[in-house]
Amino acid sequence: MTEATITLTLDGQAARVAPGTTVAAALAQAIPPGATRRSVRGEVRAPLCGMGICQECRVQIDGLRRLACQTLCRDGMQVHTGLHPEGNAP
Amino acid sequence: MTGTDTPSHTCDLLIVGAGPAGMAAALAAAPSGARIVLLDDNPAPGGQIWRDGPAAKLPAAAREQREALTQHANVQVRCGTRVAGLAQQTSPTPGLYALLLEDAESGWVQRARQIILCTGARELLLPFPGWTLPGVTGAGGLQALIKGGLPVAGQRIVVAGSGPLLLAAAHTAQQAGAQVVAVAEQTPWRALAQFGAGLVRWPGKAVQAATLLPAVYRASSHVVRAHGTAGQIEAVTLHQNGRAREIACDRLACGFGLIPNTELGQMLGGDLNARRGLQVDAEQRLVGVPGVLAAGECTGFGGSERSRAEGAIAGHVAVGELAAARALWPERARWQAFADALHRHFALQPALNSLAEPDTLVCRCEDVPYAALTGRTGWIDAKLHTRCGMGACQGRICSAATQQLLGWAPAPPRHLLAPTRIATLAALAPRAAEPTPSTD
Repeated sequence: MTEATITLTLDGQAARVAPGTTVAAALAQAIPPGATRRSVRGEVRAPLCGMGICQECRVQIDGLRRLACQTLCRDGMQVHTGLHPEGNAP
Repeated sequence: MTGTDTPSHTCDLLIVGAGPAGMAAALAAAPSGARIVLLDDNPAPGGQIWRDGPAAKLPAAAREQREALTQHANVQVRCGTRVAGLAQQTSPTPGLYALLLEDAESGWVQRARQIILCTGARELLLPFPGWTLPGVTGAGGLQALIKGGLPVAGQRIVVAGSGPLLLAAAHTAQQAGAQVVAVAEQTPWRALAQFGAGLVRWPGKAVQAATLLPAVYRASSHVVRAHGTAGQIEAVTLHQNGRAREIACDRLACGFGLIPNTELGQMLGGDLNARRGLQVDAEQRLVGVPGVLAAGECTGFGGSERSRAEGAIAGHVAVGELAAARALWPERARWQAFADALHRHFALQPALNSLAEPDTLVCRCEDVPYAALTGRTGWIDAKLHTRCGMGACQGRICSAATQQLLGWAPAPPRHLLAPTRIATLAALAPRAAEPTPSTD
């Protein structure tokens, strides 16, 4: 595994990951098991398909709604899951 | 011309999907000098099988093809870019297709004289009690997540579902330090034995299967239920040889085979074949849609070797090299026969259609339980009355599930293909300086 040289913020918590790590993987590393949102009934959800189809991993990244499984971590990235309503996530 | 339009947004050949088929298509067409744009919605080329990442070990063939692509100045590779929909209704130009594209920053209209669709396949994910718990993923889904850096070292993982992808997923998890505690294949032993015996025709595949087969692999087995608290899976109940068996685990990777991604091809006017893939002729041309070709898993699931052959044929055909394309027909036929064997021996057992209980959610986007769907007459009726299929994934997951469980034919895809930013839609608007069509 490559050295963790990228620093980003996940729900207000600083995390360091290796280059090439997806946001979905970073969430699982920092906040296991890596949940991403709450369903319309309030269930906690995490990535399902891993390939950009199911939309379960949608989160807010630097203010834009993006899929965590298809987005690579970048230095300084601000990620908000939908688990905390005050986080204003999608 | 639209706000973000530039000459670089018009090309001779647009290839949608940079997996094995799309890369082969681009490499076959590139020496002609045609201006080629190769798109993929993932961060790097390679598709699912050659997905790159901090925990991925790319095979030599994948590295060679990626390297070869960089040698062609006329091939522009655009990763992290998805097709939002068709754009030609607002800017009709004869002989040019127009697609609306979006990446992380912006949206624009891409025009192309020809298109090769290499949109791949997705997993068939069927609902069972507990399948919405965090820690439950697709089988290929877990593999993709691990390659992207998902930590699984020391975790107990159950792999379940159907098809050769289960072996590949289990192998990737083991390589990443996970303990694969069970692999449950729904196909009966008898069918597996027949499939295995037939592999003598594809010796490389026989070696691959023997190398990947873990000691915990069981046939005639399927998942019944995932157990856990609201936030995490804790165990799985499997049905094995007529008995229920509960296994403690940290993750369940469950996929029931692959289904072709045909939505864009259908929007362009393509029809489906008996394997729910895009209907193409011997030259990989989409039947009835001039200037559009399709190759790989989107024409019917069949493995990466078949995808590469189809992709290369499509690339040659697109640039008029019909003899070069024809020379690859035997290679394609060889791997089509392998695909036929896969479809024959990994057919889904009827027991899988009764895994969902009345309160099991079928549509995960709108949280629609199975009980709400059993009284509906079909897909449209269910959408109108229950919101099934009306959420963020636009029915990609649950329409395939209801087709399997309830026999509902999915409705044709509608504009837009995926959730899209408003700013991207603005790329479709004609600018004030542009002469407006007389119909306005």
